[in-house]
Amino acid sequence: MTDTRKITVTVNGKSHTKEVPTRLLLSDFLRHELLLTGTHVGCEHGVCGACTVLIDGRSARSCLTLAVQANGHEVMTVEGIAPNADELHHLQQAMQDHHGLQCGYCTPGILTTLFELLRDNPDPSEHEVRSAISGNLCRCTGYQGIVEAALDAAQKMRAGARS
Amino acid sequence: MSNPVADLKNISGEPQIGKAIKRLEDPALLTGKGRFVDDFHLPNMLHAAFVRSDEAHAKINGIDKSMAKAVPGVHAVYTLADLPKRFHNMRMHGMPNPHVSQNIMPYVLAKDEVCHVGEPIAIVIAYDRYIAEDAAALVMVDYEPLPTAGDCRAARQPGAALAHMNSPNNTAAEMHFGYGDVDAAFKNAAHIVREDLFMHRGLGHSIEGRACLCHYDEFTDHLTVYAASQGPHAHKRAICGLLDWDEERVRVVAYDVGGGFGPKMSFYAETIVASVASIMLKRPVKWIEDRREHFNAATQERDQYWDVEMALDAEGKILGLRIDMTHDKGAFMPHGTILPHISCTTVPGPFIIPAYKIDCHVMLTNKPPVAPVRGAGRPQAVFAMERIMDAAAAKLGLDRAEIRKRNLIPAEAMPYSMGLTFRDGKPLTYDSGNYPQLLKQVMEASDYNGFEARKAEALKQGRYIGIGIASAIEGTGLGPFEGATVRIGPSGTVTLLTGAAAQGQGHVTTFAQICAEKFGIAPGDVRVVAADTAVIANGTGTFASRQAVNAGSSTHLAAIQVREKVLQIASFILEASPGDIELAGGNAIVKGTDKKISFKDISRAVTGQSGYALPKGIEPGLESTRYFSPEQAAYSSNTHIAEVEVDIETGGVKVTGYWIAHDCGVVINPLVVQGQVQGGLAHGIGNALLEWMHYDPDTCQPLTTTLADYLLPTADMVPKAEISHVVSPSPLNPIGVKGAGEGGTIPAPAAIISAIEHALSPFGVHLTQAPVPPHHLVDHINKGRKKAH
Ligand code: FES
Ligand code: FES
Repeated sequence: MTDTRKITVTVNGKSHTKEVPTRLLLSDFLRHELLLTGTHVGCEHGVCGACTVLIDGRSARSCLTLAVQANGHEVMTVEGIAPNADELHHLQQAMQDHHGLQCGYCTPGILTTLFELLRDNPDPSEHEVRSAISGNLCRCTGYQGIVEAALDAAQKMRAGARS
Repeated sequence: MSNPVADLKNISGEPQIGKAIKRLEDPALLTGKGRFVDDFHLPNMLHAAFVRSDEAHAKINGIDKSMAKAVPGVHAVYTLADLPKRFHNMRMHGMPNPHVSQNIMPYVLAKDEVCHVGEPIAIVIAYDRYIAEDAAALVMVDYEPLPTAGDCRAARQPGAALAHMNSPNNTAAEMHFGYGDVDAAFKNAAHIVREDLFMHRGLGHSIEGRACLCHYDEFTDHLTVYAASQGPHAHKRAICGLLDWDEERVRVVAYDVGGGFGPKMSFYAETIVASVASIMLKRPVKWIEDRREHFNAATQERDQYWDVEMALDAEGKILGLRIDMTHDKGAFMPHGTILPHISCTTVPGPFIIPAYKIDCHVMLTNKPPVAPVRGAGRPQAVFAMERIMDAAAAKLGLDRAEIRKRNLIPAEAMPYSMGLTFRDGKPLTYDSGNYPQLLKQVMEASDYNGFEARKAEALKQGRYIGIGIASAIEGTGLGPFEGATVRIGPSGTVTLLTGAAAQGQGHVTTFAQICAEKFGIAPGDVRVVAADTAVIANGTGTFASRQAVNAGSSTHLAAIQVREKVLQIASFILEASPGDIELAGGNAIVKGTDKKISFKDISRAVTGQSGYALPKGIEPGLESTRYFSPEQAAYSSNTHIAEVEVDIETGGVKVTGYWIAHDCGVVINPLVVQGQVQGGLAHGIGNALLEWMHYDPDTCQPLTTTLADYLLPTADMVPKAEISHVVSPSPLNPIGVKGAGEGGTIPAPAAIISAIEHALSPFGVHLTQAPVPPHHLVDHINKGRKKAH
């Protein structure tokens, strides 16, 4: 029989306790156990970045992480970025403004990656943005709109912090 | 055909076509509320995994399912023999075509022979995907390996190993196109140039793989398939055909699809097998492709060899073009010969070619089936044409831009008939365009004329920079048709229903724009339901950059018709002439008065009341369905200029500048078009520099089956494309649009590789293949260095 463990994981501020198979991937735990389907899976081998979430504030590939490894930790997913149900985060708004997404499949991983970048580096250069997302594959946009969105969001967030 | 400008003048609200409206799709996708296939969780749902061939070519002598079936949580393991009898001798449906001598399609699961690694052999259905995959690994297949046909040129040789054991040879089709007296052109030529080219084109690699959730409901005797599909209606027809079910029992719906790029237009065995499994088990069955399966079992593009000869007069005018081309079709024939057909007819591009002849050999090999990927055979054709143009320029001592100028079709010559038949079966006639203007515009934008000075300066600093040009003409907006229904129900909401599926192209926004302006409302007020076979009877699918033309025009026509009816009813109720009524804010208003009636009340008036008659002459409902069917392709055009810098030690290439002059006719939403072109460029950069699906030459085993081996372009290597537009509206549709989905991709490999060759001119490097990975360039540079010594 499949080996299972009881884990408690805080996701977007909400605590979940579940009995899960030890081999269950964190990506599948989020998507199919908690039904937080915003986190996407593109390659399941750690290259595309679509599955990127923040674990204790650090970006991680949820397809290369076991759910049991997240036991006792805090996970943030794309569902946790917006301040509330009716409002978009600056980063999300900028992605719409600059056409930073087309099919939207890579988008959750891009958002979590940029969320981390802008938290740690509120005034990144274009080069820094590009290298931050160089581990996220997007087949649709050619990246330009994403880069512009990140720079625009950074600027608005800095202005917001000042005001 | 109605005049686009006249129609647009007639609308009462603010025009929406041409506005950079922010996409209506985005808020849901940005907050994790997309509805991709794997996001659906149905009660009682089971999960599928496929057993796939490990061998590129083998006889199957037996399949042992016993171990797999014994795994707890496994519900079923089906091979072909376990499926209903109907499937035992039935192959997937191919595309009939007179060119094709061996139109071989697979069985839905392999019968007694496998012809490429990844071919599905059995399906395992289990409680979850983990168990299904465990059990799939326990299905034992007894293979008897057979020789493999790998390289498509070698597959043409007499005595070559056969891709299918019962075939007489590997030729699937011989195709011949041309016009004019080519032999005379070569006899009279002042110059003849030759190139022997190899092009490898890679895979689609949407970030979401293929996926389907097949739900047979016993209670209603109905099958719903949620699919990551570019063509829900086409796929529904395939399912109905294979099951022999009538159309009312099947629905295919594609809500959010995570990229398409061609491969999701193909209809696959996995979808029908998962559907049959759902019918047999009477439970929903979900199948989610993993990346390795995408490498091995999704349709892909691959190899073409081109032998190209061009005849020119003393001034550098083209007299004739003669080509022999070999195309790798893979193991089966999905989409028939569409791809090589497009390649063969795309070659002449924007140039006047008085005589043209191409012989094309379509070969079966033991690799996954080949079918269109974004650009669909055109990048290869453009590469062939532009490489031979560069060779001609070098031979005649002309600048590369100059020789192109001398041969471009002038704007006055439109519509221009090529003397060829395009894949839509219609004579290849360019409907509109201004190619000299495209070249002029992009040369100015990139300061092409100042480049030699910049290059000399860079060389002094030991930097190797180069510039390249390439153009493409692309038949877009192909038929047969797409449809749209526009409806206003008693809620007063304007609803737009279409079969057109989107995989990121922003259709909801674009079509809402076209619709909204007819009713004086904002695009966000239109409810768009797309890509669902339940909302409209007929549809085709999203490929060949066709939906702005087809679904866009249908939306336009249907909206105008409903608008007219709204005006008619309003004029009856408000006792005013239709010409005095304007539509705004969901109301019909008598201009300059406060007399008005809401869409809600207008709709109720034509819905009627039980038992009472409608006013005389009024048809019930506010609704129109229109199917736009273009008479032929609308030809988009574009010219690219690439600037690169090459590191001569590592062979690394940086694309340092990129300019595109682009003509897709009327631009509906500049934001969306810009995104399509920029995204297309990224794909083209991959094709020029990175993307190569490698196979072992002897065994046809795939060697690049992760995204760490097969590289896609990343954010640090795709520059911003500086895009400028030339707008020559197509006369072939009421809104004057032409497709924009592939123009960013098609000429990019040709432009970039020309630029690399130019950068490496100090080493006398001559490049004849795409892509050009770093080690390939280093070999060339080293050879050039040796020659110099
Ligand atoms: S799915 Fe995790 S990196 Fe691709
Ligand atoms: S938007 Fe489609 S993969 Fe990035």
